[in-house]
Amino acid sequence: MNRSATDLPDDERPSTVTAGFSMGLVEIDQGSRLSPLQWIERRMLSRPLIGPVAVLIIALIVFSIVSPNFGTLQNFSLILQQVQVIAMLGIAQTLIILTAGIDLSVAAVMLLSQVAMGRFAVSVGLPVELALVLGIVVGIACGAINGFIVTKLNIPPFIATLGTLSIFYALNIFISDGESVPYADVPPLFNWLGTGFRVFGTTFTFGQVLTILMFILFAYILRNTAWGTHIYAVGDNLEAARLSGIRVNRVLMSVYVVAGLIIGVTAWLLIGRIGSISPTAGASYNLASITAVVIGGTSLFGGRGRIMGTLLGSLIVGVFSSGLSLAGFDSLWQEFTIGLLIIGAVAVDQRLRKIGR
Amino acid sequence: MTTATQTPRSTDLVLEARGIVKRYGRVVALDQTDFEIRQGEVLAVIGDNGAGKSSLIQCLSGAVQPDEGELLVSGQPTALKTPVDARRLGIETVFQSLAVSPALDIASNIFLGRELRRPGIAGSVFRMLDKKRMRAESLEVMSQLGLQTLQNIGQSVETLSGGQRQGVAVARAAAFGSKVVILDEPTAALGVKESGRVVKLIKDINARGIPVILISHNMPQIFEVADRIHIQRLGKRIALVETSQIDMADAVALMVGAKTPEQLGLDS
Repeated sequence: MNRSATDLPDDERPSTVTAGFSMGLVEIDQGSRLSPLQWIERRMLSRPLIGPVAVLIIALIVFSIVSPNFGTLQNFSLILQQVQVIAMLGIAQTLIILTAGIDLSVAAVMLLSQVAMGRFAVSVGLPVELALVLGIVVGIACGAINGFIVTKLNIPPFIATLGTLSIFYALNIFISDGESVPYADVPPLFNWLGTGFRVFGTTFTFGQVLTILMFILFAYILRNTAWGTHIYAVGDNLEAARLSGIRVNRVLMSVYVVAGLIIGVTAWLLIGRIGSISPTAGASYNLASITAVVIGGTSLFGGRGRIMGTLLGSLIVGVFSSGLSLAGFDSLWQEFTIGLLIIGAVAVDQRLRKIGR
Repeated sequence: MTTATQTPRSTDLVLEARGIVKRYGRVVALDQTDFEIRQGEVLAVIGDNGAGKSSLIQCLSGAVQPDEGELLVSGQPTALKTPVDARRLGIETVFQSLAVSPALDIASNIFLGRELRRPGIAGSVFRMLDKKRMRAESLEVMSQLGLQTLQNIGQSVETLSGGQRQGVAVARAAAFGSKVVILDEPTAALGVKESGRVVKLIKDINARGIPVILISHNMPQIFEVADRIHIQRLGKRIALVETSQIDMADAVALMVGAKTPEQLGLDS
């Protein structure tokens, strides 16, 4: 805690403090007496995206130098395609982690939602558009169930979603009979997000565009709406939020429902990405989405982080995977590096949180 | 009741409680306690640990519901079911736990739970917050209270010192507290200098005609700012005295039960 000017007797205060009395809501620190490390920490506290941006830029530079095939537009498009599903799940995960929760069931909800879309369209024979919407509704319903367990049954999110992870995954296998819908049977609308357009000789998909738009949308919502502020407030200091008149359970419930909606849309994205409807594709994305959020600088303890950090976190994972593999490393070193990044990111967060107390 | 009987019962009492009972399991935190604060005064509430000060304040601010008894706001029987109810009536509380959100900025904290939206479509359709106005109004209330910010009203509260954070919490209460401002141990976590500033703030708020309820253990501070003292003991109000009618030693003696109100000639 810095108190430079406020510790001076009143008559010795800098002349910038004018009218008689001041709490000195002033200097965070004027930089002069800070060590370089402290200076960086202060900056990172007020601008949490600095860390992930720096890691991403350094990785891009290093990998571009190491392998000539890395720094191409085509490769960047490929990286974004590879991480888009995790990134989208990461939006839902970020909202929940900001409230000091966690969702271990995101991938299971996505699979259930996706399999439901396939069943409604292919087996039941509903119009494709309706099947798509109903599939997304399944995602919303799953989110509502998670929200109900957390807010009404007062079960910690970790346990609640650990339970629903099993439940939703089992339902997914039950509904699909464990079988995939092959590419030939998947209606074109379901695959639309996997199709794309060419710019500068490089293929971009509508799924990539949707992913970026969703990030922009939720960055706007978190930054510019009362709901966004309340999400931070609930995760930062639940009791303070309650005493400020925020209906905390309502905020929590809405976050889980909106997360379910995002995951439902992600189910559509997943079909476009892999071309078929598989009950097991992307089952590992539960933890991958948390990884993206954490590497993006969002605090697992809630109340601190940015939605764009999650996009950066996803890209960092994609860049390291692509870069290391193009540089000829075995894929086990991708896993290894991501482990280091997670621990590094959380270590930085712990340090920053200490400054903030 | 010393003063209550001498004062005419009227809307002169901004906030009043009669026979409040609050139980937590088998513990009786408040046992038929009374409470009153007059227009324009600073009322100190003192009591030993476990006397029921915090429970009383929580009932007055809508944070908990009394099991029995009656609350009157400006003479009207009123139920305060949530802190929002209290706030709507102009009763603002700075809780002991310091209800601020460290990661949010100063303006967001001051407007937490009652954010302003932009006029027009930006606000109604796109739900856009009017950050500019919230910052401007926060700045205004801060400077009215002499809480000047030379830097950024948009800086996060966690970058502030303890006293400065307390300043934000008090400013929020002052900004919206049109009827009464309740401060629960506002200086307990502060150093001497910062405490002095909070005392100054209390006087500033009171100078604007707003009555202040101050819960504190700091006797010199109480005797400096309070007009009357409410002494809470074992879940009851055992005395309500003018600050000028009692000295510190007697106030403490009453509080810890070393003397009774009768011994001091206070008919309770």
